Amino acid sequence: MRAQSKPDCNGRKFVKVFTILEKHGRKPSRLVPILQAVQEEYRYLPKEVLTYVATALDISPARVYGVATFYSHFAIEPKGKHIVRLCDGTACHVKDSIPILDAIRKRLKLEGKKVTTDDMLFTVETVACLGACGLAPVVVVNDQVHGAMTPTSGVKLVEEIIAREQA
Amino acid sequence: MSATATVKTLNIDGIEVPINGERNLLELIRKADIDLPTFCYHSDLSVYGACRLCIVDIAGRGIQGACSTPPEPGLKVRTQTEEIREIRKISVELLLANHERECTTCVKSSACQLQDVARKLGIQKVRFKPVHEPAEVDRSSLSLTRDPNKCVLCGDCVRFCSEIQGIGAIDFAYRGHDAAVLPAFGKDLGEGECINCGQCAAVCPTGALTPRQEIDEVWKALGDPTKTVVAQIAPAVRIAIGELFGMPPGESTRGQMVAALKRLGFKHVYDTAFSADLTVIEEANEFLGRKTKGGKLPLFTSCCPGWVKFAEQYFPELLPNLSTCKSPQQMLGSLVKELLPAELGVEKKNLVMVSIMPCTAKKFEAKRPEFAQDGVAEVDHVLTTQELARMIEEAGLRFTKLLPESFDMPMGFKTGAGVIFGNSGGVSEAVLRYASEKVTGKKLLNPDIHAVRGEDGLRIVEVPVGDITLKLGIVHGLKNARTLAEKARRGKCDLDIIEVMACPGGCIGGAGQPVSRDPDIRKLRTRGLYEVDKNMELHKSQENHFVTECYQRHLGEIGGKNAHRLLHTHYHNRRRIAGETIELGEGGDAEKLKVNVCTGTNCFVKGSQNILHDLLHEVEVEKLQDKVAISASFCFEKCDHGPTVSVDGNKIQWCTAHAAKAEILQKIKEKNL
Repeated sequence: MRAQSKPDCNGRKFVKVFTILEKHGRKPSRLVPILQAVQEEYRYLPKEVLTYVATALDISPARVYGVATFYSHFAIEPKGKHIVRLCDGTACHVKDSIPILDAIRKRLKLEGKKVTTDDMLFTVETVACLGACGLAPVVVVNDQVHGAMTPTSGVKLVEEIIAREQA
Repeated sequence: MSATATVKTLNIDGIEVPINGERNLLELIRKADIDLPTFCYHSDLSVYGACRLCIVDIAGRGIQGACSTPPEPGLKVRTQTEEIREIRKISVELLLANHERECTTCVKSSACQLQDVARKLGIQKVRFKPVHEPAEVDRSSLSLTRDPNKCVLCGDCVRFCSEIQGIGAIDFAYRGHDAAVLPAFGKDLGEGECINCGQCAAVCPTGALTPRQEIDEVWKALGDPTKTVVAQIAPAVRIAIGELFGMPPGESTRGQMVAALKRLGFKHVYDTAFSADLTVIEEANEFLGRKTKGGKLPLFTSCCPGWVKFAEQYFPELLPNLSTCKSPQQMLGSLVKELLPAELGVEKKNLVMVSIMPCTAKKFEAKRPEFAQDGVAEVDHVLTTQELARMIEEAGLRFTKLLPESFDMPMGFKTGAGVIFGNSGGVSEAVLRYASEKVTGKKLLNPDIHAVRGEDGLRIVEVPVGDITLKLGIVHGLKNARTLAEKARRGKCDLDIIEVMACPGGCIGGAGQPVSRDPDIRKLRTRGLYEVDKNMELHKSQENHFVTECYQRHLGEIGGKNAHRLLHTHYHNRRRIAGETIELGEGGDAEKLKVNVCTGTNCFVKGSQNILHDLLHEVEVEKLQDKVAISASFCFEKCDHGPTVSVDGNKIQWCTAHAAKAEILQKIKEKNL
């Protein structure tokens, strides 16, 4: 499968935005669930779609942008094909989650504020707690939970995906 | 209990204070002459309760925000305790830690509330280290400068823009440490829906939002021996600039202002009230023409550039209802550039027109391309009241000691009608003073028309003129304008004239005026302008003999060809947000037929999403994916003819899915795709 192009919206999906808006009765008070549904479709919130949502709900684009940037769940930049979430809640943190993050980011050449690889294959994020403290430290790759991780096993997870993508 | 048991009271710092309908404790405390510090409280706006400076200690309740506590009888309130002082200090210190503290070079210096509060609280050291990375200053707007490094996140600007102006050009984005006030999508202020009224800057307690400064350009022109620099002064400036020199609000200082401008090096000083008289005559005749010949009504006034941009963005179908008259600023600029080169024997390109305005949107207006002929702008620079005061200070002139001088003739001559333009209701009153005599043919003995005066943001008044009764709408604040414009759009508006001013109270409350926290200031300035009118000998524009002479010598007929060339303008649809097109389908192959459906606000409302929906469906059913690339775009600026669909660059207006499909099939055939 080719890497995600930007912006990733094809006609069928755009039609989906109409359906989402209709489903929520075009109510401004339903903005958050609407954005959640839009993100489900596109995997992030493209600016143009946000403008469209603002127009449809008759609220200012600045406010929609404000809501979209307030919640860390929402992404306004496109995310990679594979999402790696590293738990940095208290339990995982005291069990050395940060070195795992550093190792994975180093392997994927992610520096500074960058969270998505240039080839759009990976996005690496931290989350505050996944509620799986018994398995600490935890890494979730595309909704699959991996417990008792180390920097080495973390990097291995990523390399397995790269190998599969190149096959 | 005393005999006046009906008066309910509460106790503030040991003193019983009567409760008299105050909305919150803060109002009551201030009425008791105790000035609690605040950043986020503004009596015109909703209560936000974020800055935590107005905290008080209420017996039995502990520490509470005074702004967000309703007054209740029997409360025991303390405004000063060791604990409260300490909390206030820490709050302000934390704000200062992340604030760019370059006070000496800040435009807001000496009018800054943060500076003021820090001084009052006796903060002499900031114990915390800054954690913010410096952000870039946004200078994209022609009217305003936005410096995020000075923002204290009080939200006054955000609330003014959405609650009073009904726009929401800026809002909070991100959260916690990253929180910032930003235009949509973090774009620049100059790109978006901002209508340049500058009220965000007027309520900003710090230098985060300030009027864009043009002082340097004006000094440069004044110092250039090849240039002849002339000025015009708007009505509202004369009764406010004195505030910056310790004079009471509302006191007219026009003589000193003229003297100051002459000392600064201006060759001639004219009065915008002269061209306001011209506006009255042109606009009143335009109105009477429409009224008698069945033209577009209601007639919206067009003096306020904030309102004009607002109408262009949100009410394109009402643009034919806007008066085609230029604003007084542009009328005077236009006349000066037309007449003065010959009169003074200077080249047009060496004549510099500087206007002194109470307004930030006038800076934007002066740069509109319609207001330049052969690359020469009608108005070259716009200074706000604040900026002129600064220049006077810089030149070391003792403003209050200056001997008053007179405006230059002929364009410095005006009647009271031109002067009251600066008040909400003033344009209406001036037009009525003219229309009444024109319609009845009788002299109007008392020019004061009190019915149109007032403070309310939305006033509907009926005024008898001869045999007919004119129905007027007078609004300030664009949310109020929106209310009437929506009605007019739906054809449910029986008003004759709608006067719109973006700023509270009209131009006297403009964002270029001296910054003030005094809630009574607008009243005093309004009264000041009416007093100027009272003290003049002439009150009706038709009595301005220099205006009459101007028609005879230069303009010809009222509303005629020459008057139109010099004094009238046109409007155009304007997109509210810059946006890219969304490619739908497999994307933009050069070979494919490009179809672009406008989904901007106006087309959206007119059902463009259904067209888009149907076209996408048709393309799939007819298996045209290889031949047609459909995209959605934001605004072709053809809003009054929407919905708009562009097929291969050809824009179809009032489009339907059926019409678009027919055109697509036709083009495919033509191009042999």
